[in-house]
Amino acid sequence: MRDSTDLRLITSARETRVTRFRRWGLVAVPLGAILFQVYIPRFFQFFQFLEMPLLVTVYFALMRRDQIGGTFIGASIGLVQDSLSHQPLGMFGIVKTLVGYFAASVGMRFDVDHLAVRFLLGLFFYCFHQFLYWVLARALLGQQVPFDVQQMFFVGLLNAAVGISLFHFLDKLKERA
Amino acid sequence: MDSLFNRYRNVTVLLLVIFAQLILLAYQVKSNQDVRLIRVWAVTAVTPLARVIEGVRSGTVRVVENYVFLHNLRDENRELQKELGRLKVQNQYLKSELETADRVKALSAFQARSPSRMAASRVIGTGTGANSRVVFIDRGSRGGVLPGMAVITPDGIVGKVTAAYPTASQVLLITDPNFAAGVISQKHRVHGTVHGLGYSTCEVKYIQNEEQVETGERFFTSGDDGVFPKGLPVGAVTVARPGDSFKQVFLAPSGLQSGLEEVLVVLEGVHQPIPEQPVSASEMHLQPPPPPGAQEDEAPAAPGAKPNVGTEADRLRERYKNIGQAQGHKFGEGAPGSKPPDFNLKPEDAAAKAVKPAAPPPAASEQSKPAPQPARQP
Repeated sequence: MRDSTDLRLITSARETRVTRFRRWGLVAVPLGAILFQVYIPRFFQFFQFLEMPLLVTVYFALMRRDQIGGTFIGASIGLVQDSLSHQPLGMFGIVKTLVGYFAASVGMRFDVDHLAVRFLLGLFFYCFHQFLYWVLARALLGQQVPFDVQQMFFVGLLNAAVGISLFHFLDKLKERA
Repeated sequence: MDSLFNRYRNVTVLLLVIFAQLILLAYQVKSNQDVRLIRVWAVTAVTPLARVIEGVRSGTVRVVENYVFLHNLRDENRELQKELGRLKVQNQYLKSELETADRVKALSAFQARSPSRMAASRVIGTGTGANSRVVFIDRGSRGGVLPGMAVITPDGIVGKVTAAYPTASQVLLITDPNFAAGVISQKHRVHGTVHGLGYSTCEVKYIQNEEQVETGERFFTSGDDGVFPKGLPVGAVTVARPGDSFKQVFLAPSGLQSGLEEVLVVLEGVHQPIPEQPVSASEMHLQPPPPPGAQEDEAPAAPGAKPNVGTEADRLRERYKNIGQAQGHKFGEGAPGSKPPDFNLKPEDAAAKAVKPAAPPPAASEQSKPAPQPARQP
């Protein structure tokens, strides 16, 4: 008990600003993102470029500022995404686990409420996600997945732009102190 | 040890999670088998929601499509209603045009066979007075119309021009109380003056009680007034009764009975004789005579019978003549009180008596059977 109290005391001020979300939001929003990913492109192929589960993972990891929480959020969303894909389980899981961990780490050190920061983080984590997935696909599965940096960058910009609006909407789900 | 774990707890958890997933991945790749349980959980969690969303989507699309369809249907129905109304109006217009063409044709035919010079005109308006019976026609002084000219239709007189303007003329109708014209009856040649009464009936004044006018008798213009040429039909008598000083004769003007749309203005009138026979406003259809061989198809007459005569009176006369001859009686010569012939004698027997006064032989008795009745001529 005492150790736990000491642990809280030694955490930095930024770490104490852990954002709390409504519980149903923590379940419904990732589920909605997964549904969006598997359902909407069926009718509007233009939305295939959107990586909604990634954006949701980044958002929750950034806002919670909890590396373990970000890790589990990323792993959960990635595994569900794997379950609905034709790839073996774990590909999106490993990638999004790392994204969640690093996003939470960034959230502990930067003011992630700023739009520009959110935009840059969205772009960065999209590129990181795609690159890591490409590496894993080559290394673990031996697949020759094409990798177009220019296209990745352009689609990353679009995802970052959509992420700003999505993050603004998800901010409404925060629990007020 | 505990503090060391706390210090690297996050990284440791990360590595554990990644390691677990790598094991999972390696297992799948190595065994070439799927971890079905996790996929079943994920699919079970996601697909019901997808099914609900798909149901909502398809239902919404269906409702929207039905709405759009019904909306289009309503618009189409509205357009069809408009089209129907337009066609109805067009149909009425064409019917009216056809009737107008018929009337104009009748006017033209009447104009052609009439010796008077006339100009056709169309009624374009009515007067504004409450009791006045005045109309305006579309032919005025530029068309040769002058005040005092007669206005007629093929059925009879309509009125007279009271004012002529450049493009239109005012016509005082026969039913106006201020209207007067000289008339003469067709049968008894009784002169009078027709006056309007303000409604659909006119009165013929100044006819002595002693003079004879019958109901149904037709009046024609007498030409005495200097407006209407003689011989134009005015109307038929509806009521004729004795009055205090003059006879009360009312007639229905024939010129107004078919409505008033097209009229003829008599520019130069020519007097005509009053027709002797009753004038028929419409032509009567007569059945053509039977073909020459038609009588051969009728029932054959008895031997010795007279040929068919024309009318019932002729047949009756022939029958009495036979009866008289059979009994030796001459009609018109018997003294008063003498015995009349037996009129109950059958004509066939009377004819047989006239031909053979003696008793017929037994073999001939069958010939004295009554012959079939001849077919009656219509």
